[in-house]
Amino acid sequence: MSDAKKNRGPGSGFDRRAFLKGSGAAAAATVVHASAAGAQGAVATQVESGWKKIQLSVNGKAVTVNVEPRTTLLEVLRYQLDLTGAKPVSLDGSSGASTVMINGKPKVASTTLAISCRKKEIETVESLGGENPDAVPQAFVDNDALQCGFCTAGFVVAVRAFLNKNPGASEEEIRAGLNGNICRCGTYVGIIDAAISVAKGGK
Amino acid sequence: MAYLQDEKPAEGPYHWPSREEARVIGKDHHRLEGIQKATGAAKYTYDINLKNQLVARALGCPHAHCKIVSIDSTATEKVPGVVHVHVLEHAQPGSEISWQGELLVIVSAETEGAAAEGVDALELKYEQMDVFTSDEDLEAAQNAGRAKKGGGKVVTVNEPGDDDDEDEFIEKEIARLFDESKTVVEGFYGIDAITHCCLEPHGSTVEWQGDKLNVYLSTQNVSGTDDGFANSLGVTADNVDVTCNYIGGGFGSKFAPDYWGVAAARISKETGRPVKLMLSRDQELKIAGNRPSGYINVKLGADENGVVQVWDSHHWGTSGISGGGVSHTVVPYVLVPKNYRRASTSISTNMVRARAWRAPNHPQACAITQTAIDDLAAAMGKDSYDVFMANLVNASNGKAEVYAEEMKVGAELIQWKKNWHAHGKGKSKGSVVEGLGMALHTWGGVANTSDCLVKIYPDGGVESFCGTQELGTGTLTVCAMVLAETFGLQTSDVKVNVGSSTYPFSGASGGSTTVGAVSESHRRASQDALRGILALAAKQLGVEADALEATAGRIQAKADPKKGMSWKEACKLLGLKPLEVTRGHKRGNASTLSNSGVGGVQMAHVAVDTDTGVVKIKKFVAVQDQGLVINPRTCSSQIYGAVTMGIAASLYEHRITDPKSGAFVNAELADYQLARLGDVGEIIVELYEPESERQRGVIGNGEPPAISPVAAISNAIANALGVRVPVAPFTPKRVLEALNAAGRA
Repeated sequence: MSDAKKNRGPGSGFDRRAFLKGSGAAAAATVVHASAAGAQGAVATQVESGWKKIQLSVNGKAVTVNVEPRTTLLEVLRYQLDLTGAKPVSLDGSSGASTVMINGKPKVASTTLAISCRKKEIETVESLGGENPDAVPQAFVDNDALQCGFCTAGFVVAVRAFLNKNPGASEEEIRAGLNGNICRCGTYVGIIDAAISVAKGGK
Repeated sequence: MAYLQDEKPAEGPYHWPSREEARVIGKDHHRLEGIQKATGAAKYTYDINLKNQLVARALGCPHAHCKIVSIDSTATEKVPGVVHVHVLEHAQPGSEISWQGELLVIVSAETEGAAAEGVDALELKYEQMDVFTSDEDLEAAQNAGRAKKGGGKVVTVNEPGDDDDEDEFIEKEIARLFDESKTVVEGFYGIDAITHCCLEPHGSTVEWQGDKLNVYLSTQNVSGTDDGFANSLGVTADNVDVTCNYIGGGFGSKFAPDYWGVAAARISKETGRPVKLMLSRDQELKIAGNRPSGYINVKLGADENGVVQVWDSHHWGTSGISGGGVSHTVVPYVLVPKNYRRASTSISTNMVRARAWRAPNHPQACAITQTAIDDLAAAMGKDSYDVFMANLVNASNGKAEVYAEEMKVGAELIQWKKNWHAHGKGKSKGSVVEGLGMALHTWGGVANTSDCLVKIYPDGGVESFCGTQELGTGTLTVCAMVLAETFGLQTSDVKVNVGSSTYPFSGASGGSTTVGAVSESHRRASQDALRGILALAAKQLGVEADALEATAGRIQAKADPKKGMSWKEACKLLGLKPLEVTRGHKRGNASTLSNSGVGGVQMAHVAVDTDTGVVKIKKFVAVQDQGLVINPRTCSSQIYGAVTMGIAASLYEHRITDPKSGAFVNAELADYQLARLGDVGEIIVELYEPESERQRGVIGNGEPPAISPVAAISNAIANALGVRVPVAPFTPKRVLEALNAAGRA
């Protein structure tokens, strides 16, 4: 990319669906994307292909990773950065198991291209762990809001993002607002309780 | 200090502490691995990335029935990053493939992207063959030559005489019993096939170190899969280590290495590199586990009290290509009248073979038979609760009294009396009507075979080793609780090691056999190890070992707590060598610690919108007995989970196939609908544990609470509408169709 700055801003980004149509056609897969450029909003088309090193900001650290245009953020996290909390459950993102926060908003990493994440702040579930875990994962433990745990990391991020946006959310709002994730073991009752307890605690 | 170096601690007797004595058992404990899971630190099989590994992806067969004509991988081999192409043994040119999704060719590459591109580049030619997947359509199956006679049984109180023609006698006798019945009800009920849909797909990461194979396998059977790999690969089991520290769901589908696991090991051998092969989402749904369907025609006759006197049914369904369906042995379910005739038909479909799914046969049997009991209540204008209660005289497992008590508890919790109305006679709010329904179930849950090694170190450290696995059921925490209880310690003072085939053998986690198994082995090993420690302490203190107890981190005299020493001081008496005790339990052996055979009652309160056909769960009550409860927290979670899965099977999920092509058309999560967080309503779990139950010992409960939800919800919908929606899942379309058929739309 000749000028990375041109591709910043909310109107930019790579369309994975458009890309997938062409995937598998060639090793040097290409991405064609349109981005708003300049004040007039003129559309410029850029093509990227082949492997390249890019910088990402993950959990507050700058990291250099090696990607193709087709490489998803989820692949980068899991195979290059050993951040395996976000899980590959559904290609189309309908399980929410690979939920991460990008610039503070919940996004599904399995449908996000890594190259679209340059200059953005990526936060994974691992950023909520460590010596003093965030209130949300702790509430999951306290309310037994997990069984096999494969969906849990994605759910934890989804709950964190939801409560960041809706602090003090009511039970009704919690039941209505967290339907982007799937749990197969059936831990929803615990998750509702966990989210309520964090909302009540104001954390 | 020579004591234990020469002498082995005595074996037994074994017992649980009473409710009053217990300090750890019976108290809520958070699961020990919870924070690892909740912060992404837990490493599942899918998360294991070995140095220099290849990532493999497989081509699944696009057709439900075909012959492979040719396979050309030339283009695949040219894809940058592709390292290896493996054509599976069952997928050679000329091979017949009988279900969609069967893996044919595995492509191993440097990255997932390259492997996926390599799979896309494969060129296979197929010759399509005749297809049948309409398992609900008995007549179509017969016409297609896909139906064959299944199991059945006839039992009548009056038996044919020596001179009678048996068939003729039965026919007449059953006709007579129906004639004498006060009420006769006929119905059709069904439940479609569902899949296991594990969120972590089946798969493994494997590596060879010389002749030794290390397998990271997503499995419910750590101790039993090493020999599975060994047999297939021509090595001995000592050369195969299987590890599974975390597993993302199994539900009965992950007991074996599977041919794709063996293939990964072969590819790893050929390439000299570790290989990771996990199924894709659609492959997981298509080939890695499904539950048989079941459809039934029932006629039953009851006396004036609503007690069923005669049952006559024919059911059919499929377990896939080899036929099958729901076993006739559980029809009718739990409530078995004195006279019954049950017949079944097995239907072969172009679908992969079914796998064990949480309480095999029972959820379907409950759904297709206890709905008939509820329709009997409707036909008699009686309260369903009263009719179920009356039919407890027919309980085939001797648990009538337990069910009666559980029904009373459940009725209180769901406010049955307050909320009950006759079928279809409730007040509607706009287009919404409410209803109540119930069902009951049974399951074994015997303790599986399990060995446990307990090590006590001279510095007071305690560690256990057991080749069981933590499925998310709370096994690890139960093991720690048992050790902590025995030694008078906290769960944080003991280290529990599970998830490796190198540990003492413990049976597969299936059939609700694990909590019994591990509590047996851990209690036995720890009680005997404690006997060793008490013997040493007794010598030191100059008292009899029997007079001592382990409590609150101390070994002390029961009569004089001041006379004693800390746990650490007692362990120092071991000298230099740790105390090691291995004890176990063999499945089927009588024991004071575990038991089998449970009941359980569930009740649903639903709201149905007659304009849209949408069903919502308002409240769901599950009353469950399981003998002695070790950890009420995780025990309850099993029930919440089972009910949630049952809500999904009742309202949302089913395998949908195209009758012409046999394609499984909804094998992605966007289309394969599961319950989501906003769908579950209020779920209330009640652990039924009076002293009479606690005395029985530990019994598994992973399966029983997954049985009743579909029947309970079906009955609640029928109560709301006054119309039966015959086949689960009760989707809006099916609700509206049923209302239409009844002239109610």
